[in-house]
Amino acid sequence: MRIRAVIVGAFLCLLSVSATAELSIQITQGVDNPIPIAIVPFSWEGSGVLSEDVDDIVRADLEQVGEFRSLSLSNMIATPHDESQVFYRDWDILAQDYLLVGKINRAPGSQLVQVQYEFFDINRQVKLAGEVLTGSVTQLRDIGHEISNVVFESVTGTRGAFTTEILYIVSEFISPTESIFRLEKADYDGQRAQVLLESPEPIMSPSWSPNGQDVAYVSFETDLPRIYIQNIATGQRSQITNYPNINSSPVWSPDGSKLAMVLSKDGSPDIYVQDLNTNELMRVTEHPLIDTEPSWSTDGRSIVFMSDRTGQPQIYQMELGANSYDVERLTYDCFQCMKAAFLPDGVNLVHVRRETRQSPNYQIAILNIETLRVITLTDTSLDESPSVAPNGSMIMYATKFAGRGVLDAVSIDGRVKFRLPSTQGDVREPSWSPFFN
Amino acid sequence: MAKQTHKILKMGLMVISLFVLAACSSTSDTEGDMSGSEGSSSSANSSGSSARSSAGSNSGQLSQEEIRAQNALRQTVFYFDFDIAEFKTEDRNTLTFHARDLASSPSKRIRLEGHADERGTREYNLALAERRANGILNYLIVNGASRSQIEVVSYGEERPAQSGSSENAYSRNRRVEIVGR
Repeated sequence: MRIRAVIVGAFLCLLSVSATAELSIQITQGVDNPIPIAIVPFSWEGSGVLSEDVDDIVRADLEQVGEFRSLSLSNMIATPHDESQVFYRDWDILAQDYLLVGKINRAPGSQLVQVQYEFFDINRQVKLAGEVLTGSVTQLRDIGHEISNVVFESVTGTRGAFTTEILYIVSEFISPTESIFRLEKADYDGQRAQVLLESPEPIMSPSWSPNGQDVAYVSFETDLPRIYIQNIATGQRSQITNYPNINSSPVWSPDGSKLAMVLSKDGSPDIYVQDLNTNELMRVTEHPLIDTEPSWSTDGRSIVFMSDRTGQPQIYQMELGANSYDVERLTYDCFQCMKAAFLPDGVNLVHVRRETRQSPNYQIAILNIETLRVITLTDTSLDESPSVAPNGSMIMYATKFAGRGVLDAVSIDGRVKFRLPSTQGDVREPSWSPFFN
Repeated sequence: MAKQTHKILKMGLMVISLFVLAACSSTSDTEGDMSGSEGSSSSANSSGSSARSSAGSNSGQLSQEEIRAQNALRQTVFYFDFDIAEFKTEDRNTLTFHARDLASSPSKRIRLEGHADERGTREYNLALAERRANGILNYLIVNGASRSQIEVVSYGEERPAQSGSSENAYSRNRRVEIVGR
């Protein structure tokens, strides 16, 4: 039953080339009073033209999370590149709260570049951060995101997630009998997309391992839905399950040792946990109706899932090892509540909510399981697959725009939204990576 | 003379309209939309007794029941209502013919492919589409098919018959297809 064979992609193409259809960010909603920040164009003191504009990358990062507004270049009355050239008064006059300056040099005797940046608090007239980051020209984008992390954390106190990545599924409908499915990985903002797997059969439910090195997903490549694990760097993959009927929804435990999943081998879909070291399979739920969409509590000791045992989908929680009837129902005030996952605080639960039977609108909402307060974050009608950024600040989800599947992100207070439109196909099922270090 | 040409014209029109009718019934057959199939095409065959010699071969005339069975077996797609996992009552007779067909040819193998529309979460739709296919599976077994002849696969909302977010697309996507193996 339990297959763990390494598969050489015979009829599937494992690709690591850059995808043609890159996503690009579009801010659809921001906060009322964003923090004013001046980001001076970094100087380049080497020869030739750099392929990436580091200060542009930082500007885009900070603006799309909605909390910052950068000063337009035409309004700048000075263009300092290091501390010796900074006069706080210049930026105070322009009502700026923060200032970022920098310069890029060729590292002596190598092909590497050095990016020196400095970050200032204008009101308190102090330097908050500054360092020299060294890398190849192709890493300039990473360096830009790294600087964004420092700025974001200095100002908000929250760790930045600008160096994280996303996984998602793209499908291109050619005819009822022919489609192309791709599992892709990109930077959190949709840039530098790579195809990890391409198949003529559906691919579903990508899920990051907690160390960010592997992805688990469902592929129909054998004509049946089966769970696979693939190493992101090497492309090496193994089939993890081959049980009869549905094998779906793989989700890693927080310690990475187990995989929660859904199997309907015994008649109806139930939640199971497979130990990835011993291959031992443990049944978690046992009910003749549908149990699916498992997700782990932050301590890894219980699982939240969706069940339609009362007639409509609602969210339940159950401790691992508990009796199958020892289940706690978490949602009562919606017609359907589905696809739940905890935020890093372990108290707030993001989910998909359909309020009433009459209107089949599916929206992203957050339930605080202690206060039972519910905040609905989106106002479109086909929103699904919410995935939380590792710093808990934003949620990426799939929705429809102009008849196509796109990815949107919303801040956890619902105030800020941005969209990653694609140029072709339907994009869906985003999975936000953990922090990589 | 004028009357004659009028008559010819009239006959010609009748011939054309017969062609059109034939074309209509054959397209609806292939689309599997045969809710009223038991009456229409089979009765047309039997009433047109003059056509018998050319349609049927020498001795093996198809019985009324065999014709009904043949027509029923041509329907391989079954549509479902929103949020509903049970197949429609008007499909029961057709599914009975499929069950008898499997019972009478034990070597025959089929796949039941369950599908859902895009509303609701993907994982729930995968489960819901399996429930739809299992409903038909159980009906086929109760009516004589063997479990080993039938494989069930749920595709959830991953393989729509029609793309888009219209009610029309949704109603065509909530379906179970019988596929030969």
